[in-house]
Amino acid sequence: MGEYALQMQGIIKEFPGVRALDNVTFSVRKGEIHALCGENGAGKSTLMKILSGVYPHGTYDGQILVNGQKVQFKSIKESQDAGIAIIYQELALVEEMTVAENLFLSHDLMRAKVINWNKIYVEAQKWLDHIGLNIDPQTKVGDLTVGKQQLIEIAKALTKEIEILILDEPTAALTESDVEILINLLNDLRSKGVTCIYISHKLGEVMTLADTVTILRDGQTISTDPIEELTEDKIITKMVGRELTELFPYEQREISDENVLEVKNYSTVDETGKKVINNVSFTLKKGEILGFSGLMGAGRSELFISLFGGFKGKKFGTVYIDGKETNIKKPADAIKEGLAYVSEDRKRYGLVLGMDITKNTTLTALNKVMKLKVIDQALEIKSVSVITDKVKLKAPSLEAKVGQLSGGNQQKVVLSKWLMNNPKILILDEPTRGIDVGAKYEIYKIINELASQGVGIVIISSELPEVLGMSDRIIVMSQGTITGEFLRDEATQENIMTCATGGKKREQSLVNS
Amino acid sequence: MSNHLSTADEATQSNRGLSFKVDLQSYMLIIALVLIAVIFGIFTGGEFLSSRNLSNLFTQMSIIAVLAIGMTLVIVAGHIDLSVGSLVGLAGGAAAILQVWYGWNTVLTVIAAIVVGAIFGLWQGWWVAYRAVPAFIVTLGGMLIFRGILIGITNGQTISNLDESFKLIGTSYFPYIPGYILAVVCIALLVFGTVRKRSKRKSMGLLLSAPMFDYGKVAIYSFFILLATYLLNRYLGIPVPILIVALLAVIFIFISNNTAFGRYVYAIGGNEEAAALSGINIKRNVLWVFTTMGALAGVAGVLLTSRLNAATVSAGSNYELDAIAACVIGGTSLVGGKGKIVGALIGALIMASIDNGMSMMNIEAFWQYIVKGLILIVAVWIDISSKK
Repeated sequence: MGEYALQMQGIIKEFPGVRALDNVTFSVRKGEIHALCGENGAGKSTLMKILSGVYPHGTYDGQILVNGQKVQFKSIKESQDAGIAIIYQELALVEEMTVAENLFLSHDLMRAKVINWNKIYVEAQKWLDHIGLNIDPQTKVGDLTVGKQQLIEIAKALTKEIEILILDEPTAALTESDVEILINLLNDLRSKGVTCIYISHKLGEVMTLADTVTILRDGQTISTDPIEELTEDKIITKMVGRELTELFPYEQREISDENVLEVKNYSTVDETGKKVINNVSFTLKKGEILGFSGLMGAGRSELFISLFGGFKGKKFGTVYIDGKETNIKKPADAIKEGLAYVSEDRKRYGLVLGMDITKNTTLTALNKVMKLKVIDQALEIKSVSVITDKVKLKAPSLEAKVGQLSGGNQQKVVLSKWLMNNPKILILDEPTRGIDVGAKYEIYKIINELASQGVGIVIISSELPEVLGMSDRIIVMSQGTITGEFLRDEATQENIMTCATGGKKREQSLVNS
Repeated sequence: MSNHLSTADEATQSNRGLSFKVDLQSYMLIIALVLIAVIFGIFTGGEFLSSRNLSNLFTQMSIIAVLAIGMTLVIVAGHIDLSVGSLVGLAGGAAAILQVWYGWNTVLTVIAAIVVGAIFGLWQGWWVAYRAVPAFIVTLGGMLIFRGILIGITNGQTISNLDESFKLIGTSYFPYIPGYILAVVCIALLVFGTVRKRSKRKSMGLLLSAPMFDYGKVAIYSFFILLATYLLNRYLGIPVPILIVALLAVIFIFISNNTAFGRYVYAIGGNEEAAALSGINIKRNVLWVFTTMGALAGVAGVLLTSRLNAATVSAGSNYELDAIAACVIGGTSLVGGKGKIVGALIGALIMASIDNGMSMMNIEAFWQYIVKGLILIVAVWIDISSKK
């Protein structure tokens, strides 16, 4: 310790009209895990793009030292050669190839005139052992969970001589158990002397993992502190530059006794004949916020996609909305019944990125802005602006393309789109994934307000604090069945995790009691 | 591409962003068009820009323009239609058979040709939408099938000598005075539409582009409408085919901007999964897109048979490629979700100008293929590199 693996000094980066980085200083000691925190737009990605050579030397001011040596990266290749490996949120693996092929994709072993497959498999096995992943190197990457794919990415980076490993939001898509594996691996790497820069919105992980935390806000370095001197609240305060009284603005509300949604003995079978949801029953009351917790693959998203009519496969069981039995066959039916589904992957399932805010927002509710089958564009923009004001959307214009907004604002567009229909039931699947703290808070407030207006709300989330912080009641799923149900006061991280992991056991005990 | 540039523009100069967004790409296309006109004008000693030649040029482009209108929808929806050339031939052939062999009157014949196109379009749309066979394959099959049917039903003969009234569709002109009246009506509508749009946006408290800009645009458009009418009137008048193109263009621009169907087509091409979860019936909309394309191929078939006064077995060959090229030059993205009918029309005009200008310069036909191919590649390259 003591020596610096990386020093970035006086970094200034300007884009037309914006100063993205304003005299940023960032120093990382050898062998430490150094967390880089900040809201979206604070400049974290820009800083990392400078370090990794995406923005070549000459397009920014300031200097970079790696191991005390001045460096000037003119390309991504040069930074890689200097031992800087960056793993982005979006994984860069070839899903159709095997683990071994991916590991050595750009490695000399694969560039041989004749590839020695045996050697590659042996080498791959070594690296898999090294990161503690017990899988066959000939497995197709596409068949692995996102969490395991993330570990493969790290292993791939390790196969080269690296000085600094940069992880950009590595756990955004991971379940609790995969996060644990990742944290163990990083701890292990630290003990082996690998220097690591860890970018994350999840402060709990930052607190358990990091040695040092640097906080950026509005393109400036706010502070660099050892972890001992920080708490989650202190970090948040520094990130947002203001006190957030609470992370989760939960309000005690009157919840009516009326069920807006009742699901009885619901099961689904997918196209391959596999049972995905197994005999699930639950109710949702008007104005209630119902949390759905569980590990990835527990069937939570699948359950609600199916209820929404978007699941390809067979389904069994009965669904009552406002006490009336309904038969939802396709999303259009669900929308008619007052359901709204905010998907976990907003770019894939929620938005048409090339379309503007207005057109995205009215996609589900064009009939509300049409006169005689013709879209009244003035009325359309007006109706949209009412809703986007409500969700506090920040955008240059309602005619701006959705693809150019930040994650938080994109999510607000998805919310607006569904609010156009005045839904009775709002299903939110990972509503704050990849969104910065400030925007999260605003989204929570919108959720609360909707609930107090009588909308039944389902929050599916892999972040336990979010489920615990927002829900009136929490249902836990595991392997396609409900394994536990808790009122707000009874729920703890521990009892939820027990139900989420030990599915079978819990079911037994429920039957017995 | 322009959208990309302009939205950045919009962020910095939010007041002017709106108007720039719509037009940057059209400007580039118009500049290209003017350049082509000037170059050919010089090389042909002004003959390229003569009234007679412009009249020919517009008539020549009309068939591809009709196809390009439909092709824009198909490509925006994220598909492709390789069968339109064969379908033009088949619909035109059907028209000729019905009139020449069976003595149908012109109105019925025209309707029948459009229906033939629509039915085959529907049939292909069914394969694409409900049987999930890629459009490339379905329409490649269609290309062979329709050509085969055409050769079969005509016994491989050329069928000629259609009724006088049928020939008029593709060869007659809208005469002097009514031509000017039409031009004036168009301009009046343009002015009225702009005023109304501005007042509506104002009342909604939306961003307005500078009055100079909006009305300047109207002035430029009006000037070109009058100029075109004047030039065409100096020859024989406005060719009817180009009026048909204009009418179809107005209808389809309206459909793409102001109806749910149009909006859905862009959404489906932009992100099919998001569109599906928004409750949009993907299959039905795709079916309609192909049916529409088929009907427009029927219209093009009528125009072609009428102009040639005959249906041949090779009629319409390669038209699909010209139509696709017109769309792509006009800025339509083959990935789907992005594209404008106006762009495709200008693209069609550029392609027709190159054909026409080069033949006037007595450049051998093989060069036309080479130049058109290169322009297609370069147009897409400009599109891609301007995105960065």
